[in-house]
Amino acid sequence: MIREFGPNEIIFIAMAIRWTIALSAIAFVGGGIGGLIIALMRVSDRPVLRALALGFIRLFQGTPLLMQLFIVYFGLNIVGLPTSPWIAAGVALTLHASAFLGEIWRGCIEAVPPGQTEAANALAYSYGVRMRNVILPQAARIAVAPTTGFLVQLIKGTSLASIIGFTELTRAGQIISNATFQPFLVISTVAVLYFILCWPLSLLARRMERRFARATAR
Amino acid sequence: MRNGLPSHSRNLRFNSMANMNANGKSHPPAQMAQGATAPAIEMIGIDKWFGGFQALKNVNLSVQPSEKIVICGPSGSGKSTLIRCINQLETIQSGEIRIDGKALASDAASIRAARRDIGMVFQQFNLFPHLTILENCMLGPVKVAGKSREEAERIGRSYLERVRIPEQADKYPAQLSGGQQQRVAIARALCMQPKIMLFDEPTSALDPEMVNEVLDTMIDLASDGMTMICVTHEMGFARSVADRVIFMDHGEIIEENAPDAFFEAPKHARTRTFLGQIA
Repeated sequence: MIREFGPNEIIFIAMAIRWTIALSAIAFVGGGIGGLIIALMRVSDRPVLRALALGFIRLFQGTPLLMQLFIVYFGLNIVGLPTSPWIAAGVALTLHASAFLGEIWRGCIEAVPPGQTEAANALAYSYGVRMRNVILPQAARIAVAPTTGFLVQLIKGTSLASIIGFTELTRAGQIISNATFQPFLVISTVAVLYFILCWPLSLLARRMERRFARATAR
Repeated sequence: MRNGLPSHSRNLRFNSMANMNANGKSHPPAQMAQGATAPAIEMIGIDKWFGGFQALKNVNLSVQPSEKIVICGPSGSGKSTLIRCINQLETIQSGEIRIDGKALASDAASIRAARRDIGMVFQQFNLFPHLTILENCMLGPVKVAGKSREEAERIGRSYLERVRIPEQADKYPAQLSGGQQQRVAIARALCMQPKIMLFDEPTSALDPEMVNEVLDTMIDLASDGMTMICVTHEMGFARSVADRVIFMDHGEIIEENAPDAFFEAPKHARTRTFLGQIA
């Protein structure tokens, strides 16, 4: 039976936005924690930690997100965990975001003038105090704009989770498309919804970038 | 010994000068005759390399408690490197550094313990721009010395008072002039109640009209009996405050002497050339 593409169908797709948002939020929070660890490892004094973090970043930057989703999805089965699209998508996107945010934040940490580290060291601050109270607050200001930019990438990236059966915005669109046989109309609707989600964030990122450029200009 | 009285410091000054006259210039003065006190700082045979470049060549230096040392020399002569080795911002390749008779170790806990007694003031101030002046001063006492916030605030305000900018406590560093920022940097270091203060060209980044306010603060500190090593080209300051002036070139201590002798009768040609250039 062929359905019409009517208000009910649009509502069905629009409601799926929450799963896109939920998955983005999980990946962003998880990736935020992982990314901080990776960034701190990348600027560590210990070569082993730096090498491990660099390997992790290279691995995830050098393979497609789709492959990462597949590998986690099928890998869960191999290590004896239940194969769930939720867990697979959450884990894969978290690892993906950890690698990218780790590299972005490493740059932000390194952008804090070295004199700040020297002053903190000369004042006998511990590593924890130096990072938490001196370096990271300054790096965070630099990081806001590029981090928002990456969040946009991440939201768009969640669309790939549809392939492992995660019903988010794209997958909802596919379902409706299969039922209505109006793929162009349906997928266009999905695209518009992504745009509504991402565009304000892009604008925000650009505004913050400009504000930061002005603040640091001399 | 921590904060020697001015009269005491005068004693030490004469002692160290007497030592020097007896011992010549290239060796650190011998242990002081009058007491069991170890030198505040003792550097023995220090070599420091940056890759293939030798920044310090067999440097020997002994500083008595309350002594004021001024180090001068052309840029790249190793004078900043020398004082940065004392609080281990730089690692040395050979030699030994002793603070209060205790040799510096290279594990993180020992490094931090040694740094608690050594304050440092940088050319570029290096205040924390995201913290207010008072917070800059309080962070160390709270997080390193484990003081309560009230106690840390009291300490912070008292040292801001001492560098004569208590009214700026709630501003941010960017709102202050260079001279004021540098005085805050001095107050911030003093809040850790160090026994030794290192100054790395503290007035070189300042506009000329702000140099004196910083020098005055340093003179105050000197008259309180603080052990000080200052890398500076302010020769007026060296004359009035220093117990000894040290001239470095190409990573070596070329000459050291009491300021009068150093400026009136420099022994080495390189010292004379240098003094001629900066006069």
